Amino acid sequence: MTRTLVVIGNGMVGHRLVDALSGSSWRIVVFGEESRPAYDRVALSSYVDTWSSADLELAPLSGAEIRLGEKAVSVDRERRIVVGASGVEVSYDALVLATGSVPFVPPVPGRDLPGCHVYRTIDDLDGIRATVEAADRPGRHSGMVLGGGLLGLEAANALRGMGVSPHVVELAPRLMPIQVDDGGAGLLKRLVEKLDLTVHTGTSASSIERDGSRLIAKLANGLELDLDVVVFSAGIRPRTDLDLGLELGPRGGYLVDAACRTSDPHVYAIGECASVEGMTYGLVAPGYAMAEVVADQLNGGTKVFPGADLSTKLKLLGVDVASFGDAHAQTEGALEVVVNNAVAGTYSKLVVSDDAKTLLGGVLVGDASAYPSLRPLVGKEVPAALLQPGGNAADLEMPADAQVCSCHAVTKQTITDAIQSGVACDVAELKACTKAGTGCGSCVPMLKKLLTDCGVEQSKALCEHFTYSRAELFEIVRATRITTFTALIEKHGSGRGCDICKPAVASILASLNNGHILGETQVSLQDTNDKFLANLQRNGTYSVVPRIPGGEITPEKLIVIGEVARDFGLYTKITGGQRIDLFGATVDQLPEIWRRLVDAGFESGHAYGKALRTVKSCVGTTWCRYGVQDSVGLAIELELRYRGLRSPHKLKSAVSGCARECAEARGKDFGVIATENGWNLYVAGNGGFTPRHADLLVSDVDTETLIKIIDRFLMFYIRTADRLQRTSAWLEGLDGGLEHLREVVVDDKLGICDELEAAMASHVSDYADEWRGVLEDPEKLARFTSFVNAPGTPDPTITFRAERGQRVPVQLGIPEVVR
Amino acid sequence: MTVVCDFEVLRPEQGVAALLPDGSQVAVFLTADGSLHALDNIDPFSGAAVLSRGIVGDRGGVPVVVSPVYKQAFELATGKCLDEPSVSIAVHQVRVRDGVVEVT
Ligand SMILES: Cc1cc2nc3c(=O)[nH]c(=O)nc-3n(C[C@H](O)[C@H](O)[C@H](O)COP(=O)(O)OP(=O)(O)OC[C@H]3O[C@@H](n4cnc5c(N)ncnc54)[C@H](O)[C@@H]3O)c2cc1C
Ligand code: SF4
Ligand code: FES
Repeated sequence: MTRTLVVIGNGMVGHRLVDALSGSSWRIVVFGEESRPAYDRVALSSYVDTWSSADLELAPLSGAEIRLGEKAVSVDRERRIVVGASGVEVSYDALVLATGSVPFVPPVPGRDLPGCHVYRTIDDLDGIRATVEAADRPGRHSGMVLGGGLLGLEAANALRGMGVSPHVVELAPRLMPIQVDDGGAGLLKRLVEKLDLTVHTGTSASSIERDGSRLIAKLANGLELDLDVVVFSAGIRPRTDLDLGLELGPRGGYLVDAACRTSDPHVYAIGECASVEGMTYGLVAPGYAMAEVVADQLNGGTKVFPGADLSTKLKLLGVDVASFGDAHAQTEGALEVVVNNAVAGTYSKLVVSDDAKTLLGGVLVGDASAYPSLRPLVGKEVPAALLQPGGNAADLEMPADAQVCSCHAVTKQTITDAIQSGVACDVAELKACTKAGTGCGSCVPMLKKLLTDCGVEQSKALCEHFTYSRAELFEIVRATRITTFTALIEKHGSGRGCDICKPAVASILASLNNGHILGETQVSLQDTNDKFLANLQRNGTYSVVPRIPGGEITPEKLIVIGEVARDFGLYTKITGGQRIDLFGATVDQLPEIWRRLVDAGFESGHAYGKALRTVKSCVGTTWCRYGVQDSVGLAIELELRYRGLRSPHKLKSAVSGCARECAEARGKDFGVIATENGWNLYVAGNGGFTPRHADLLVSDVDTETLIKIIDRFLMFYIRTADRLQRTSAWLEGLDGGLEHLREVVVDDKLGICDELEAAMASHVSDYADEWRGVLEDPEKLARFTSFVNAPGTPDPTITFRAERGQRVPVQLGIPEVVR
Repeated sequence: MTVVCDFEVLRPEQGVAALLPDGSQVAVFLTADGSLHALDNIDPFSGAAVLSRGIVGDRGGVPVVVSPVYKQAFELATGKCLDEPSVSIAVHQVRVRDGVVEVT
C-alpha cells in the first residue's frame, strides 16, 4: 500500500527533502504557504538585480503534489491529519515539519507602520520596493536597517541597489558580532562606509514615527533619522506557530533527536524550525543535511545528523568575510595570531591551541582566499609555515576528507574521485555529478584548483592553431602591436589558421583599430558576412540592413529604403532591433544597393558583424506621458558612439524612458532605464538561446558618467571575453562576478579605466563607414562579383518565387553527391 | 579548359568562383604555399553556390575550405568532407598557362 508523506513548508529544505525522495515509493503532499514555487532564499538579495522571481526558482520537482499558497493551519496527530487553510484534509503516514523561521522584530514602538518591513521572502522585497518607489523624496532615498549582522548588511546592500542610502543600526559594539571579532569588524566598518552606508553601532532604535510621507526614527544615542523605509533584520526565530503540542527546544524550534524525529514517531522536523538535540541552525547546509537524514530514514535507513560546521564565507558589498571554527578564541588557553594590514585593507586572525599545534578557528576580512584551505584544517595540526610572517594559507594541501563544498557537504575526496575516474573534466560536469558548487557558489574557485591539481588541463586554447585564449591573444596583439594574422600565427601559433582563429583575430585587429576590415591583409580572415558586409542567407544571397540609430527615421529616408527594396526586388521585413532588413540581394547587387543608400545618408548597420547592432529606444519624454528622460536622444547618442565597434560577439542595447521599460533594455548587453534623477545602467542581459535579464551596474547616474561607465564596460568585455562569448556568459564566468565587474569599471580597482576610456575614445574618433569605404575603393569593389570569368552574370542557382506579395528563395535542390 | 582569370587576380588563402560553359560553377583557391585547387562551388549541405566564399585554412595540417553556411570543412586536394566522411564534392583540374588560370 502506498504510504503518504506530508511536508509542511515548501522552502529550501522542504524542497530538498522532496528532491531526495524522488523515485521512492512515498506519495508526497507538500503544503506551501508562499504562493510561488520553492526558491533560493540564500540568493534572495540578488532578486533586486532583476526583479524576476523566476531567476531564483529551484529546480522543479516531479512526482509530488505541491499545494502552493496553502498554509497548513492545524494537525491532528491522533488521527494523523493535516488541515489546510482552504479546509482540505490530508492524512499522513509520516509528517515532516519544514516551516523555517520568522524574522525577529524587536518591540520598537512604530514597528508596524507602513514602510516598515522584514527581509525574508520575495514578497517582503516586493513590499520594500513598493515603499521605495512610492517615496517622493528628491534625490537619493534614505533607509534604515535594524541589525548589523550578516542579513542586515545584505539588506543594506539590497537597499543600495534600489537607490536608497542605508543607515545600519546595530546594538552590539561591532558589525557581524556573531561571526567577526573586533579587529575584523573595525576593518569591515571602514570598508562598508566607503560604499555609502552609515553605520551606527552600540545603539538601537527607540521609536519610529510617521511624519507625512516620511518615517522618523529616534535612536537610543539621541540621533534622529529621516527615512523613507525601514527594514528589520535583527535575527530569526524558529517558526513554530503551527502548534502540534510537541516539545520545543531551549531556543525554540521543534525538538528532535539526531534522526530529526520528534517525540511523535510519525513526525519529523528539519531545517531552521528544528532544534536538533537542542541546537538550531540558521544556515541552509545543515538543513540540507537534515533533509538527507529524513529521506534516508523514510527509506528505511539509519542515517543521523552529524552536527554541522557553522563556518561562513561571504562577500558582503564586495568585501570578503570569512569565519570558521572557534573564531572568538573561546577554547581554554587559545592563542591568537593576528595580521592586520590597514593599507591593503585585509585582516586575518588564526586561533590556535595553547601549544600552537592545533588550528581552532579564525577570521578573515578583506581577503578570504585562504578560507577553503584553512577551514578543513580546523582540529588538525597547524602547518608551521602558516604561523611565519608571509605564510600563505592559499597554497596549503587540503586533507582528503576536507569539506570543499559546505552547501552540499562534498569532500575533496569525492571531487578528486570524480575527476580521476574521468566522470568530470570541468566545473560544469563536477557540478552535475557531485552537486558541489551549485549552492552559494563560493567553492567554485576551489573546484577549479582541484581540477588543475589533478592535472586536468582547463584548455582555453582558441583552436588547434593557438594555445592562447582569445583574451590572451588580445593582450599579445595589443602589447606587440602586431597588425597581421600571418605575423601573429608565425610568432605565437602554428599551422595556417582556420575558420575559428581567423575571424577571431580579425575581430581583435578591428577592435584595436587597424583600418578597414576588407584591407588587403584582413580580407581573407573574414567570414563571408564580413567579407561582403552583408548577411549570408540560406540560398547564397545576402540581406542588407542600413543603420537607423535609435529606430528614429524621417519619412524621406523611409521612402528611399522602400524604393531601393522595390527596384532590386528585395524581400522586406522589420527587425526586432527597430530597423529594416532587405533580403535576397546577390553579391553583384550589393554595391549598387549601397550606393543608393549611402547617397541618401545611410551607413552600414553592421548586422553582419560581431559588433554593435542597435540601440533600441522608446519615445521617452518627447511624446510619452510617463517618460522622465529623453530616451531617443540618448539611444541615438549611444548608437552613434559605439557604431562599428567590433567585439567578441554581437552587442545589443536599448534605452527606456521610464521604469515601464517599453524598450526591453533589461534583455540587452547594456540597457539603460531612465529614473527621475538620471539613468540606471543594466549589463549582460540577452535574449536568444538562454535568455538572461541584465544586472544593475550603477543607478541614478548622469549622462556623462553613464557613457564613461559604458565605455569602460564595453572595452573591458572586448579585452577579456572568449570568442563568441556574449556579455551574459562572460559575466557569469568572471571570477567575482558582478561585484568584481563593478570594482573594475566603477571603482577602478585595477587602475585601468583611463586606458579603457582612451581605447574607446580612439574607436570613436577613428570610426568610418565600412560601406562608404568599399564604394570609394575600386579594388574592394572588384570582389563583389559572382563569377570572376563572367562579371555581371547572375548566379543561375538563385531563383525566387512569390509569397504574400514578396520574393522569397526557391528551396534549393540538394545536388548529387559524389561518394 | 575554361579561363578563370589572370593569376594576378588571385589572393593567397582566398577563393573565386567561375562559371563553366555547361552552367555549373567551380571554386578556385590559391593557398599560402602557392598551390592552386579547384572544387565544385556548390555546398552539398545547403545547396547554395558559396564554397568560393569560405574561409581557407588547415585542419591538423590538411588544407581545407570551410563552408560559410553550416561550417563543414572540405579538403582542398580531394573534395572530401572532413566532418561527414561519406560526403565529398568533385575536384576539377586547374592549371596556369601564360599567367592565366584555367579549369576543366
Ligand atoms: C536574505 C537571506 C540570506 C541568506 N543567506 C544565507 C547564506 O548565505 N548561507 C546560508 O547557509 N543561509 C543563508 N540564509 C538562510 C537560509 O535561507 C535558510 O537557512 C534556509 O532557507 C532554511 O530553509 P528552510 O526550508 O528551513 O526554511 P525556509 O526556506 O524559510 O522555508 C520555510 C517555508 O515554510 C513555509 N511555511 C511556514 N509555515 C507554514 C505552514 N504552516 N504551512 C505551509 N507553509 C509554511 C514558509 O512560508 C516558507 O516558505 C539566508 C536567508 C536570508 C533570508
Ligand atoms: S518606457 Fe516609459 S517613457 Fe518609454 S514609452 Fe514606456 S512608459 Fe513611456
Ligand atoms: S560551498 Fe556553497 S556551493 Fe559549494
